[in-house]
Amino acid sequence: MTVVFFFGIVAVFFYGSIVWTGYMSLTRSTLMPNYNFVGFDQYIKLFTNHRWLVSCLNMVIFGVLYIVGTLAFGTLLAVFADRRIRAESLFRTIFLYPLAVSLIVTGLSWRWVLDPVNGLQGLVRGMGWENFTFDWLTDPDRAIYTLVIAGIWHSAGLIMVIILAGLRGVDEDLWKAIRMEGIPLWRAYLQVIFPGMRPVVASCVVLLMSDVIRGYDLVIAMTKGGPGIATEMPAKFAVDYYFARVNLGLASAASIAMLVLSLLLLAPYFYSEFRRRT
Amino acid sequence: MSSVSIRKIRKSFAGLTVLDSVDMEIAPGEFIVILGPSGCGKSTLLNVIAGLDDCESGQIVIDAVDVSGLEPSQRGLAMVFQSYALFPAMTVRRNLSFGMEVAGTPKPTIVQKVDWVAKLLQIEALLDRKPGQLSGGQRQRVAIGRALVRSSSICLFDEPLSNLDAKLRAETRVELKQLHETLKSTMIYVTHDQIEAMTMADRVAVMHKGRVEQFAPPQSIYEKPASLFVAGFVGSPAMNLLEGSLDGAGRFLVGQRSIGSSAYPFEDPSTAGEAVLGIRCEDIDVVEPGSPDSIPAKLAFTELLGADALGWFDCLGKRMSVRLGVDAARSMRKEVGLRFDMAKASFFSASTERRL
Amino acid sequence: MTRSLPGERSVFGPRAARLGLYAFLFASAAFFLLPLLLVISNSLKPMEEIRQGNLLALPVKPTFDAWLTAWKSACTGLECGGVRPGLWNSIKITVPAVVISTLAGALNGYALAQWKSRHANLIMLLVMVGLFIPYQAMLYPTVKILSSLSLFRTYSGIILVHVVYGLPYTTLLFRNFYVGVPEEISRAARMEGASFLRTFRSVILPLSTNILVVVAILQFTGIWNDYLLGLIFAGNDNLPMTVQLTNIVNNARGSASPNVNMAAAVITAIPTLIVYFLSGRYFVRGIAAGAVKG
Repeated sequence: MTVVFFFGIVAVFFYGSIVWTGYMSLTRSTLMPNYNFVGFDQYIKLFTNHRWLVSCLNMVIFGVLYIVGTLAFGTLLAVFADRRIRAESLFRTIFLYPLAVSLIVTGLSWRWVLDPVNGLQGLVRGMGWENFTFDWLTDPDRAIYTLVIAGIWHSAGLIMVIILAGLRGVDEDLWKAIRMEGIPLWRAYLQVIFPGMRPVVASCVVLLMSDVIRGYDLVIAMTKGGPGIATEMPAKFAVDYYFARVNLGLASAASIAMLVLSLLLLAPYFYSEFRRRT
Repeated sequence: MSSVSIRKIRKSFAGLTVLDSVDMEIAPGEFIVILGPSGCGKSTLLNVIAGLDDCESGQIVIDAVDVSGLEPSQRGLAMVFQSYALFPAMTVRRNLSFGMEVAGTPKPTIVQKVDWVAKLLQIEALLDRKPGQLSGGQRQRVAIGRALVRSSSICLFDEPLSNLDAKLRAETRVELKQLHETLKSTMIYVTHDQIEAMTMADRVAVMHKGRVEQFAPPQSIYEKPASLFVAGFVGSPAMNLLEGSLDGAGRFLVGQRSIGSSAYPFEDPSTAGEAVLGIRCEDIDVVEPGSPDSIPAKLAFTELLGADALGWFDCLGKRMSVRLGVDAARSMRKEVGLRFDMAKASFFSASTERRL
Repeated sequence: MTRSLPGERSVFGPRAARLGLYAFLFASAAFFLLPLLLVISNSLKPMEEIRQGNLLALPVKPTFDAWLTAWKSACTGLECGGVRPGLWNSIKITVPAVVISTLAGALNGYALAQWKSRHANLIMLLVMVGLFIPYQAMLYPTVKILSSLSLFRTYSGIILVHVVYGLPYTTLLFRNFYVGVPEEISRAARMEGASFLRTFRSVILPLSTNILVVVAILQFTGIWNDYLLGLIFAGNDNLPMTVQLTNIVNNARGSASPNVNMAAAVITAIPTLIVYFLSGRYFVRGIAAGAVKG
């Protein structure tokens, strides 16, 4: 009974809310909900909205670089940590601690480190290289990359731990077979070990994807979407239109668009997961 | 065909001796089974031969070449693993060809060899599947195929059948034996299953606590175990063992009783002192109580095994097994006499546990 | 039996390669430590050293002045009480939310693991999808639901939101754990006549100490570090630390004093860092368990 009660709450909160949001996205609600059905008007507005389109583009750029970068860096760390290094647990502790730090503090810290005046650029200039320039944070074309750096900093340890757990689970006989066949190490990892860990890598990608789509805190702390709208993201777009710009219909449409995107990206994963288990 | 010499291999791990000066000379084309309980060092020995484990001292010599310092892939060996260790994301074909590909073997040769192995092991139909889509037995064949495709003259097996069900294991056993006869390569096979050892081996090395207890053809391992350990480990049911002492004048004394031991082929018939008599269940006859040279015994129970039966008797303070015909077992009386065939018995020194 | 590593002798054996390996590891460690160390070191500097603008320099005259200001008197807008009220708010929110969402997740996870039918699979799917739903798609209706219960921008409201939003995650973690617990244990308890809840409380919970700790740690980190939900649902009297921190940093009126901002950031990060360093192994295990969802 209690259990049904809990599932009921979750169902109402989650799926009820989604239906409600979906419905509002089809209305002309602004400050207050307005239940007059206007079809897909809000979606048309949304996808002709310059700021939304920039947000989406930013999300794609950030997402691709962040996912690829975090996976590559985290995997490299895992592979090296698996090579019987000294002080493995010390290194692991260092690599993983950013995950315990909130994205707000992460964003602020990197904002200070990369600050053109007081941060790295000022520092290097102060050391004599007057022409040294590292002002990505305030460069509209490059600010998005600073988010990528901070994001990788935050999540690489997570990927390392997951991949490392996968590597530790590899059958020892498989390593022996690799040695017997005289397969060089890099080929062993790329062609035997990692392909065999596909489910693990897939869960990593899924985790990182959900970070990207939900990504809000990091942007708020680091760039607030700026300079200009150079680092706007869909999650921020939706929250801004819900609460600051009070345009419920448009915000709901943006949220539903995000939801649909997540589901589309997740569908292959869920499909294969469920097929694997049944 | 290659010969393998294992010379004075020693290895310890965390203060524990894993291999204690192991010596073995393996002739070209021999099928050698290394048999022992888990933890006896047999798998470690195989890994040392393969080069997967380092040893502290000693040499591995293949065809008069010392390979001790060489990488596994340079030793000209192939190996089949207990868990098969197939490359998970590759098709069977790729599993077979990958090693050659890495080694830079020309394409046509690879194709030819893969075809040859696939035909030999009848896995042609599986070539384009992935390991995940194969049954245990099929994976086993592919693992063997991956070892054979390298045309190594020596093939190592690390308990390759232990993950198969009983029926498949029996079939694969026969096939492996036939394969050996076809290929005539040298095979070294590690197992804890004595049936595999008895049926396949030219010679069996029984290992215990890092030492080779006996290295001999299977039948002599069974009939003339070199030590108490071998006597107890090989054979089912285990050999009957009786503690007593030899008087050096042709009698073996157990408590108040004595058994004539002059039929036993002692090296030195005057050997005396504490000893253990070992006798197989089929080397004991059931006779009328009180017959000459017999020892009184009391039937405890019988087990019918289908083709024959085992009678369990209380005799000289021990429970002993005797192989019986099914009819004899059914009509067995309570009080009987047992007569031991001393020509086929074994005597071990109680102190050294070696055969006398 | 020792673990045999491939290519130990050949590939990473040569000293040069081994050196390269460590060089990479140390460079990575520097990358991960840099921001934290910079922020800590600068938070300990007095204002005149900050003005010299050398971010990397260690504080010459270390002082906790900036920390004190950040703690007690930095302005978050109209009020100037530092992050102290935020810390208390965060504790007040996090502790009950962690306890409730963890225990409820354990109960749900156990029920889900026990329940074997076609529907159970469907529910699993719904719960798993729930993990990945962007909050934005639920925010406004949640606001409306809470308003109608007069819980919007209240203390109980923010706890309820954290519990509900955290349930899919905790449920899944527990379910994955309980699927691995032999069914015979529950069946034996049933045979003894114990009810479902009784079985859960007396037999299953005592088995679950490890996973309880793991989930509680993950939930603690997650809820403490939350920003968005606190901003929207907590209300002005209960704003958590993360929100107070951004208010201090972004405060238009306050004179920009980086050392105070940095001190506030460090203070905000300290609780989760303490939990992380104290619980290292559990944290790692939890992540590994949570990663393989389903």
